[in-house]
Amino acid sequence: MLDARKISFGFRSQTPLFSQLSLQLERGEWLGLSGDSGMGKSTLGKLLAGLLQPQQGEICIDSKPLPSQGLRPVQWLPQSPELAVNPRWRVKKLLCEAWHPSESLMQDFGIQPDWLSRLPSALSGGELQRVCVLRALAPGVRYLIADEISTMLDPITQLELWRAVRKVADQHHLGVLVISHDTALLERLCTQRLHLAQGTLAMVTTLETP
Amino acid sequence: MRVAQPRLAATGYISLLLILLVVLMSSPWWAGSSAAQMQFDARLMPPSASHWLGTDALGRELWARTLAGLRISFWVGLSAALLGTLIALTLATLATLSTTLDALVSLLIDTLLSVPHLILLLLVAFALGGGTQAVIIAVAVTHWPSLARILRAELFSLRHVPYVAISRALGKSRRFILVHHLLPHVLPQCMVGALLLFPHAILHEAALTFLGVGLDPTQPAIGVLLADAMRYLTGGFWWLGVFPGLGLLLMVLSIDRLAAQLRRAL
Repeated sequence: MLDARKISFGFRSQTPLFSQLSLQLERGEWLGLSGDSGMGKSTLGKLLAGLLQPQQGEICIDSKPLPSQGLRPVQWLPQSPELAVNPRWRVKKLLCEAWHPSESLMQDFGIQPDWLSRLPSALSGGELQRVCVLRALAPGVRYLIADEISTMLDPITQLELWRAVRKVADQHHLGVLVISHDTALLERLCTQRLHLAQGTLAMVTTLETP
Repeated sequence: MRVAQPRLAATGYISLLLILLVVLMSSPWWAGSSAAQMQFDARLMPPSASHWLGTDALGRELWARTLAGLRISFWVGLSAALLGTLIALTLATLATLSTTLDALVSLLIDTLLSVPHLILLLLVAFALGGGTQAVIIAVAVTHWPSLARILRAELFSLRHVPYVAISRALGKSRRFILVHHLLPHVLPQCMVGALLLFPHAILHEAALTFLGVGLDPTQPAIGVLLADAMRYLTGGFWWLGVFPGLGLLLMVLSIDRLAAQLRRAL
């Protein structure tokens, strides 16, 4: 279980974004996180993935602190894939930064063989996002923090992307935190939805398993 | 046409520099020992068909001495520029490793930038006892700070770019991230920095030699030629100063303009 225990965080010279906040994500669970802009959804996501350190409290996986070296079991997927890739690397090198995905997996994600020799600038945002998602699904990863990963995509591409993520997540029993403004999307994907407002989390709905 | 102009200018400077380099590097073969050969019956001759750029007080051909001087200047400038860039890159990289190291490197940069560098240059060259190596080291150790500051800032901003954070989350080591993500990104800046440092280093080599703490006076360096020329200038022997000076100007200007074009292109 990914467990955030009473964490507090704020950027310098600002009032804390949230304090004493707790959140649990089980393996195999799909949890939604919604909230208005500037409430700290992405910051919470980065904290859970270990990209930021909480000022108070701790984040544990199965009661052990997040490892600081090696492949992190929690992977963060950002909204803009353009910033998530080295612009000088070709797609094949990007995709294989941590592991070598099989061809069938690439097919599931709709990654065409001819993309592999291209630079990221020669792919569309949606195409690049699929590359980024697959890159993060290395063996050993147990939780995904999907931060608005489909916001910029058209509905058909969104559907394809989530279908592929769902397939892998089900196979490997991954826990997924879906961060989005789109409550309809969260209700379709997740079993529970949390709403972040004024530094506190509120359970909004317990949904049926999609 | 407007778009094509910078490229045209860059091509011009590259060709000029290439011609200059070919002439300079091949001169030992076709000029032989004319730079050192004294002709006592042809002392202080003005430029003519038999003595292209004139001769100096010992009857040595000025064209051969200018070419030899430019060749020395080129190697000294190149070595100093490369060494200076290497120091800048190493210290900027060290600064990213820890806050203590960063504070130290920043302090060093600020200290060096706050001292007039010509004074520091003279002191270092003097302390090292003059000569080619001393000039190279003096120019390199006094000219890395501004480039190091740029590289440090660039490396720091890169550390917070999402793909670097993601690479770390994917289990990549610091060394991998440095070699594969950070350094390739600052390589263009390094190249431009080295190219901009190059003409600067050549001028400083000439200045140091002119002031007597640079290259050996027996070497036909541009600084030596110019210092010699000073003594004869009032006697009307203008060619002694003009031709080595023009040669230096041509080389420095072509490298400097090329670097400026490259900086704009990158």
